[in-house]
Amino acid sequence: MSDLVKVTIDGITVEVENGTTILNAARQIGGDIVPPAMCYYSKLKGSGGKCRTCIVKVSKGSEKDPRPMPKLVASCRTTVMDGMEVLNITSPEVLEARAGVVEILLINHPLDCPVCDQAGECDLQNLGYEHGLQKTRYEFERRTFDRIDIGDKIQLHMNRCILCYRCVFTADQITNKRVHGILNRGDHSEISTYIQTAVDNDFSGNVIDVCPVGALTDRTFRFKNRVWFTKPVDAHRNCSHEKCNGKVTLWYKGEDVLRVTARKDQFGEVEEFICNECRFDKKKTSDWTLEHPTHISDTSVIASNHYETFKPLPVIKENLALQEANQRELEKTFKI
Amino acid sequence: MARKLLLEHINVPGINTLAVYREKGGYRAVEKALKTLTPEEIVEEVKKSGLRGRGGAGFPTGMKWSFLAKPEGVPRYLVCNADESEPGTFKDRYLMTHIPHALIEGMIVSSFALGANTSYIYVRGEMMPQIRILERAIEEAKAAGLLGKNILGTGYDLELYVQPGGGAYICGEETALLESLEGKRGNPRIKPPFPAIAGLYGCPTVVNNVESIAAVVPIINDGGDEYAKIGIGRSTGTKLISASGNLVKPGVYEIELGLPVEEFIYSDEYCGGIANGKRLKATVAGGSSVPILPANLTLKYANGEPRLMSYESLSEGGFATGTMLGSGGFIAFDEDQCIVRNTWNFSRFYHHESCGQCSPCREGTGWMEKILHKIEHGHGSMEDIDLLWDVQRKIEGNTICPLGDAAAWPVASAIRHFRDEFEWHVKEPMKSQSTNYGLANYANPIEKKEEVKQENL
Repeated sequence: MSDLVKVTIDGITVEVENGTTILNAARQIGGDIVPPAMCYYSKLKGSGGKCRTCIVKVSKGSEKDPRPMPKLVASCRTTVMDGMEVLNITSPEVLEARAGVVEILLINHPLDCPVCDQAGECDLQNLGYEHGLQKTRYEFERRTFDRIDIGDKIQLHMNRCILCYRCVFTADQITNKRVHGILNRGDHSEISTYIQTAVDNDFSGNVIDVCPVGALTDRTFRFKNRVWFTKPVDAHRNCSHEKCNGKVTLWYKGEDVLRVTARKDQFGEVEEFICNECRFDKKKTSDWTLEHPTHISDTSVIASNHYETFKPLPVIKENLALQEANQRELEKTFKI
Repeated sequence: MARKLLLEHINVPGINTLAVYREKGGYRAVEKALKTLTPEEIVEEVKKSGLRGRGGAGFPTGMKWSFLAKPEGVPRYLVCNADESEPGTFKDRYLMTHIPHALIEGMIVSSFALGANTSYIYVRGEMMPQIRILERAIEEAKAAGLLGKNILGTGYDLELYVQPGGGAYICGEETALLESLEGKRGNPRIKPPFPAIAGLYGCPTVVNNVESIAAVVPIINDGGDEYAKIGIGRSTGTKLISASGNLVKPGVYEIELGLPVEEFIYSDEYCGGIANGKRLKATVAGGSSVPILPANLTLKYANGEPRLMSYESLSEGGFATGTMLGSGGFIAFDEDQCIVRNTWNFSRFYHHESCGQCSPCREGTGWMEKILHKIEHGHGSMEDIDLLWDVQRKIEGNTICPLGDAAAWPVASAIRHFRDEFEWHVKEPMKSQSTNYGLANYANPIEKKEEVKQENL
């Protein structure tokens, strides 16, 4: 038997290596049929299976055993079999269950997007926009936690957390010593450090990048700007840290570098983890060799203010008042 | 008098000591198994007996054993799940308190059958007295050469350890139990791989309930065929039922599977009827996770035939009119009990015990609890009942482990069968705080629906 297996997702057949998960097979096809993933992170071993947003229906188990799977399965943790048929966006059952998961993820979320630094690049925001309800059916008090500063660079805002465990895996796998984990149980579980110890090691800043929501934010960027007003530029430097290759994205507002993050791929995952020196301490253009503007997907809210799509919208072309306003905004933005 | 296999000598004074236990024929199974049978033959006997897991799911034990992977050079483990914490179930605690050697004998035989040289009994943390009893019993068995190196001169070594848990319901789920046993946070693992392939410390592992392991002893003593003669259909053998609630004689009973439910509740040999001359309103037949049934459906099927205490008979009719045998925690409610309050109480338990790993269960159980609390205290509205139904549907089947289902089923069945009572709580908020909905029509004979003849179009 060859190492390639055939899998059909929403009617599109693709050949993938044996042992690939359904989610990764779907990512190879790309487009709308890729299930959303809040907790799975391809760079982190053992992640996934927790948030349940990536659930899909397996309508045919495999060529050998064509029975469908009895329940919806988490696509990030289910490996493909030869001849498997999967329904994602073509199954109303899946969409309904996913909408249910999104609703459940949001019931205890504070919905403080207007003051959240993550807004604009938040996975939960995107998910809620696509699958959520207009109105909440949850009428009870939301659970709250106090904000914690873990170290002088990172702030933990537990109210926003969806307990994806990504940061725990990150700390486990790319740093030498893990100093944080999950405390308590059930809906009172919280990410925490041992008696509020500062998370302090060379790679700790990566927990900010892997966090799908605004639970872990960069204190050096806190309330500086909305992400869609900043302009991302890929850059690099010769980093002295042995494990860091210094390839980053700089987020500019005018001349200032407001923050530095690792580069992210189309699924919002970090390409390579960066060290804390690059992330927190090098905030001058002179520290970096600029490469080119970062590609931002058209569907992202960040793209609305991005040079690549800097064309007036059709509606603006027809309306004189809007045209003038638009012109003023343009000048304001470009005045350096 | 029905046949007893596990609790035969329960009333003998000193049965918790090795001397008395051996006097009554204890450890015969160890001698027989280790000296005359091969591991394969034991597995075959257990398969023949048709023994099904007594922890709740009812998976055939012999089949589970035969799935165990046997790679060379890798140790195999047997873990006994004594993390009994389901509301309404207390049979394992009873067994461990009074006949600890029955469990240890079963562990020796089962470990031999599976080729395990190290076995664990994972006991719930709250059961400290039972942990001490087991440890004392293990010491006794070790001194008598029944445990340790070269058991009874057969060359088989077995070390048996008792591990106290931290007292979490979720650690009764087999993969969470293994995580906890490894010293980690007790979160259920994502399956596959199943424990039979990669369980404790990544090695092939079998996790069995206390009662399943104890039941191996009579199977080896009398033979699997003899054991299979007891019971009915695919539900063979005897089962410990922990009866509680408004019964004249609550307690742990050993029944032959296939006993009519009516006989179990009302006969003097078992529970002796409903206490204080009241009438039965509802039952939970197998521990808090299984669907609750009104009195009429407990005693009879929808078609009027009597319901029996067996895996198949209790689940007859699916979730629409049936329930499950589960772990055998039989709770009876009389006419003065409030189903809404009881459902809220169960929900509160699942909310408290959810591990918080996957989102539908973590957030959904709390949501259900809050809605039920609202309805129970007279602040509910009709939409809340529909919302509750919708929330439980979003939890069921979408979680990593069965705790999500276990939290959703009692709520779903309570709404399905007792919707009148929920609506009464909404319509009569003041009255519902001081009085009770009562028996209503929940014990009435089930109306046989006349079949509508389909006319030719």
